[in-house]
Amino acid sequence: MQLNPRQRYRLLRKLARHRSFRIGFIIIAIMVLAALLAPIIAQYDPIAMRIRFRFRPPQAAFPFGTDQFGRDVFSRVVYGARLSLWIGLATALISGLIGAFLGVLSAQYRKFDALLMRVMDALMAVPAILLAIGLTAALGPHTSSVIIALSVAYIPRTARIVRGSALVTRELEFIEAARVAGASGLRIMLRHLLPNAMGPLLVQSTFVFAYAILAEAALSFLGVGPSPPTPSWGNIISEGRDHSVQAWWIMLFPGIAISLATLGMNLLGDGLRDVLDPRLKVET
Amino acid sequence: MLRGVIYRLLQAIPVVVIFAVLVFMLLQLLPGDPAVAIAGSEATPEAIDRIRTQLGLDRPLLEQLLSWFNRLAHGDFGKSLILNQSVVSAVVERLPVTLSLAFLSLMITLPAGISLGVLAAYWRNTWLDSFVMVTALLGVSMPSFWLGILSVILFSVTLGWLPPAGYVPITQGLWPWFSALIQPAVVLALFQIGFLARITRSAMLDVLDQDFIRTARAKGVDEWHTITKHAFRNTLIPVVTVTGIIISLLIGGSVVVEQVFALPGIGRLIVQGILARDYPLVQGTMLIFGFSFVMINVLVDIVYMLVDPRVRFG
Repeated sequence: MQLNPRQRYRLLRKLARHRSFRIGFIIIAIMVLAALLAPIIAQYDPIAMRIRFRFRPPQAAFPFGTDQFGRDVFSRVVYGARLSLWIGLATALISGLIGAFLGVLSAQYRKFDALLMRVMDALMAVPAILLAIGLTAALGPHTSSVIIALSVAYIPRTARIVRGSALVTRELEFIEAARVAGASGLRIMLRHLLPNAMGPLLVQSTFVFAYAILAEAALSFLGVGPSPPTPSWGNIISEGRDHSVQAWWIMLFPGIAISLATLGMNLLGDGLRDVLDPRLKVET
Repeated sequence: MLRGVIYRLLQAIPVVVIFAVLVFMLLQLLPGDPAVAIAGSEATPEAIDRIRTQLGLDRPLLEQLLSWFNRLAHGDFGKSLILNQSVVSAVVERLPVTLSLAFLSLMITLPAGISLGVLAAYWRNTWLDSFVMVTALLGVSMPSFWLGILSVILFSVTLGWLPPAGYVPITQGLWPWFSALIQPAVVLALFQIGFLARITRSAMLDVLDQDFIRTARAKGVDEWHTITKHAFRNTLIPVVTVTGIIISLLIGGSVVVEQVFALPGIGRLIVQGILARDYPLVQGTMLIFGFSFVMINVLVDIVYMLVDPRVRFG
């Protein structure tokens, strides 16, 4: 969206007043802060095993209790936040950048569009999580594999959104004016199509972030994500599952963390969408 | 109309072909030698060579691709290494489980999601609207596997009302089948319901704002008929397009839920294949999934064409 400074200011003010956005923003801000300050907040090494302290319920020394190896669950959850938020951010950024690039390219060059959209449809032929599982399996249980896999799963959806917006922009008269004035395809794409697609792109990216958090948790729960002992919310739950009756805290807190993080991002996305354009479509 | 259907089917063919190529490429993505990756790190050189010839990895890439397509055309989706049976038969064995789960889940999702969305839209900005929307938001934010575990702790371990895991075929009785599936089905449905409710509400709001609704009311049509006959039918149109996505999310979610509830379905098969590095199994299953989804999406588009007279391609 090409906005002059005053319009931008008005938009930001509207955003700041939007209740969902505010709540989401606060939640995410707290989590990001906690993740960044992890070495300071976490009192214990998340990987160090201290069998003497196994299965302690939540108490002053261990706010979220300890697990079967005596590891402090709170520290693990905080470090897990680092991982999950990082994966969410990386996925949203990568899929956003590549998706925007492909979407704008598709809208501008019809021949490329025909080919690309078929490939995108093929990638969307399976549910995102299945594609991610397959790719992570091929690439190995590393953080980078998860990021790549989730990005690949979400690039087609983002590209579709950007393409949709760019196609609409292309029909506007000023594009024809620009072309007549001699603007090259590249210039049209960069100066006109892309800025106008920023709104839908931003909204889609926040929802991609939210979904990536959930997907990463599911992947690590299944055992195809970052492997133990690296704490990830998903694998903390998976490890704590066998003890879920007597040591319910191992499993409860990471789950709450996942839900809060996803909820926060969803609220942010809702707020953005309401402010930018209530009728925006989101692809999942 | 028929032309539209044919056009839609033709559109699906290149997608299916490209998808098959992508799945074929999956094996090539493996870092290093695929044969070594499959055989495992302790395998002898003879074992590795055996796998290499068995999977035809020693032949040139193009030849592999062509023989791949040739096999697919004959319905050969490969043979599982760990299960020692064809991928097709492994999938067929597990199909009833996943289908039962998906069916039950869909039967819960559709009525719940649509009615919640409609209610929220009709009574917009009241406490009901807020309540429904907050619940929907929570539904799409909570991880299904976590909810599944919590549900098992509550309903199976603590209360003992429902079995904690496992599948009971319907031949052994309706209630056993139902009681084993209801927990996973509900857990799976929660995300879908939230998603569907939000979309339905948004669609319904759009419809309610339209002039023809105002006309109907002004004409004197009673409120019930205005809503059910005019508003609701038009709301269903965008909802139908979303159904394909819902089914996709459902099957994707079942992968995780089957794992939590130990249901021997296709989702669990894929995960087992991946963890055991049984790549032929993974490839074959992904292909079957992909084909099924493309077909499902074509069907959804056809239903959409039937429902909305304005959309008749070609």
